[in-house]
Amino acid sequence: MDSFALLGLLWAILRIAVPYVMATLGGTVCERAGVINIALEGILLLSALGTALGAPYGVTAALASGIAAGVATALLYGLLVVVFRGDQIVCGVAIFMLADGLSRFLLKVVFGSTSNSPRLDALAGQGPLWLLGLAGLATLLVHGMLSYSVLGLRLRAVGDKPEAAQALSVSVLQVRLWAVGLSGLLVSLGGIYLVFEQRQFVALMSGGRGFLALAAMIFGGWQPLWGAAAALLFAAAEAIGIFLQARGLHIPNWLLQSVPYVLTLLTLMLRGLLGKRQSAAPLALGIPRL
Amino acid sequence: MAGQPRLSTGPLWLRALPLMWAALLAMAMASLLARLYGQSPLAMYRLLLAGTWGSVYGIGQVLFKATPLVCTGLSVAVALRAGLFNVGAEGQLIVGALATALCGAYLPAATPSLVAIPLCLLFGFVAGGLLGTFVGLCKWLCRAHEVIVTILCNFIVRAAMVGVGGYLFLKESVHTAPVIAASRLPRLSVLFPQLHGSAVNAALLLAILLAVAVELFLRRTRLGFALRVVGQNPEAAAAAGLHLGRVRTLALALSGGLAGLGGANFVLGYKYYYEDGFSSGIGYLGIAVAVLAHNRPLWLLLSALFFGTLAQGGLAVNAVVPRELIDVLSATVILAVATASAEVKRLLPRFALDPAKAEPPPRVPPPHEPFPRSKPDPTESVPPPLVEPKPSPPVAWVER
Repeated sequence: MDSFALLGLLWAILRIAVPYVMATLGGTVCERAGVINIALEGILLLSALGTALGAPYGVTAALASGIAAGVATALLYGLLVVVFRGDQIVCGVAIFMLADGLSRFLLKVVFGSTSNSPRLDALAGQGPLWLLGLAGLATLLVHGMLSYSVLGLRLRAVGDKPEAAQALSVSVLQVRLWAVGLSGLLVSLGGIYLVFEQRQFVALMSGGRGFLALAAMIFGGWQPLWGAAAALLFAAAEAIGIFLQARGLHIPNWLLQSVPYVLTLLTLMLRGLLGKRQSAAPLALGIPRL
Repeated sequence: MAGQPRLSTGPLWLRALPLMWAALLAMAMASLLARLYGQSPLAMYRLLLAGTWGSVYGIGQVLFKATPLVCTGLSVAVALRAGLFNVGAEGQLIVGALATALCGAYLPAATPSLVAIPLCLLFGFVAGGLLGTFVGLCKWLCRAHEVIVTILCNFIVRAAMVGVGGYLFLKESVHTAPVIAASRLPRLSVLFPQLHGSAVNAALLLAILLAVAVELFLRRTRLGFALRVVGQNPEAAAAAGLHLGRVRTLALALSGGLAGLGGANFVLGYKYYYEDGFSSGIGYLGIAVAVLAHNRPLWLLLSALFFGTLAQGGLAVNAVVPRELIDVLSATVILAVATASAEVKRLLPRFALDPAKAEPPPRVPPPHEPFPRSKPDPTESVPPPLVEPKPSPPVAWVER
């Protein structure tokens, strides 16, 4: 294998990794504040839809509407589970179902098809390069924020011991809402990236990346840096499969498609079997509280 | 969740609040989306009603759509009663349907119906159950969260079906060989000629029986009781000697099996073969069915009927608004019920009929004592001390 092909493979891994990394970061921020985020997939999907809907009006509009859609979905989720204390897992899955139905419906309303949008020419020439850089920067920022800032300290306190945080007059509700909103912002960058790279919106284009990101987050022990590394690992598996296929190795398509899911399942099982008895999950994860 | 008051202890109007809220929100959402599409909401509702409950054929189709929803809804509900969230009903349904179809296709043609139909159903149950068991084992032995594992299983099943289909499907098609005539379930139009043309079949009766059976199982059997205790208060259950891992694995196995049975409606009652993509979200809709019915098997029949109406209504209104509207509505109903139930639970202590009944922790007897069948003994209102009991009878799911 020549070094040129190897470089190409590395580049492919990085490109595939961006949505995984952003969703993993979003999930980490949310769960460290004690809110389970199965809604990641839905946020990813709706932010991608928002980007596609804004794309005909220019790149800035696409960015703005993508972020707005993602943050709005996240805040809706936050409203339901943080303010109204609905069951976080049930609501998360329902948000995904809502996102799937709504994206197909709006596709039909705007583009006249329930399966995909036409090619979005306005996004042509907008290389996702700077989004890739942004993903790397975001990883470091989230790590710094969680570990070294006052907001991060409060966020972790709210996720581990909300009673203690409340006793120190930190509003559990407010911090959790901020965390869910921030996670929406991070995830929507992943959704924007998906549309910018494919220059098209396809129904269910998030393809389970949000769910895989949850697994990456768990595999990374709820640490942003390790989570991002796990996301890179999943992306590498996907990229290597495509790479081998492109070099003439015959792998059936369906096998290739199931590789990320099987690999994720295996890593989860291995981690459970070999890892420490004590889970690294935030202590108050999934417990609604006012 | 441990220590939460149960909704069933409240007065009826309070229990009905989440449902009314959900109906209101869903109708508002539907009207908004119809307007967005440039259609009059009223015309849409009229079309929806005419296409479902407006004709005998429509009613038959609603019942046909509701049948597999009972199975997947029961699947989700049983798992939820054990405190587990099975999102994998979709994958389990697909695997179960494929197993049912293969069993039906490869049986000798001379097999009598009395053997063939139960055997096909058993294959579906076992196939779905095995997938559920795998999830349970992942949770028990690898401490992997069942939601993530089931979602991953759904994706893997969907991808694997494409691969498996290459070997099993008939040439130039996306379906398997048809099942033998003896394993086919009769259409209900045999009994009621008015239903002619509708696909509703004997699987509906089986589904109703299944719901009754699950209700009896949860209420009347030791395993059903163990399952509910683990769901309501795992710590208490573990302290009382129940093995959480085993009970949960059994619950997930049962849950998977119930979802696997859902394929019979399509395979044995409608098309007589397994077809790629037949499930189209029935498994996910099962979540909505279970949540709306608060996981009660008998209420679940009504809830399945409601979502069956929506599913059939989606086809009826497809001419004026995209039927994806129905998916949005189901999600809205889940969100509304899930959040409103939490709020109503908070109000419960104020309105509970009997304050003593609103106090939630179930009384868990130590393993040497038989599980209470109906009412706990009033003289024994104090929970028994949770000390090491004397030797207890060997029961499969009890760990000493």
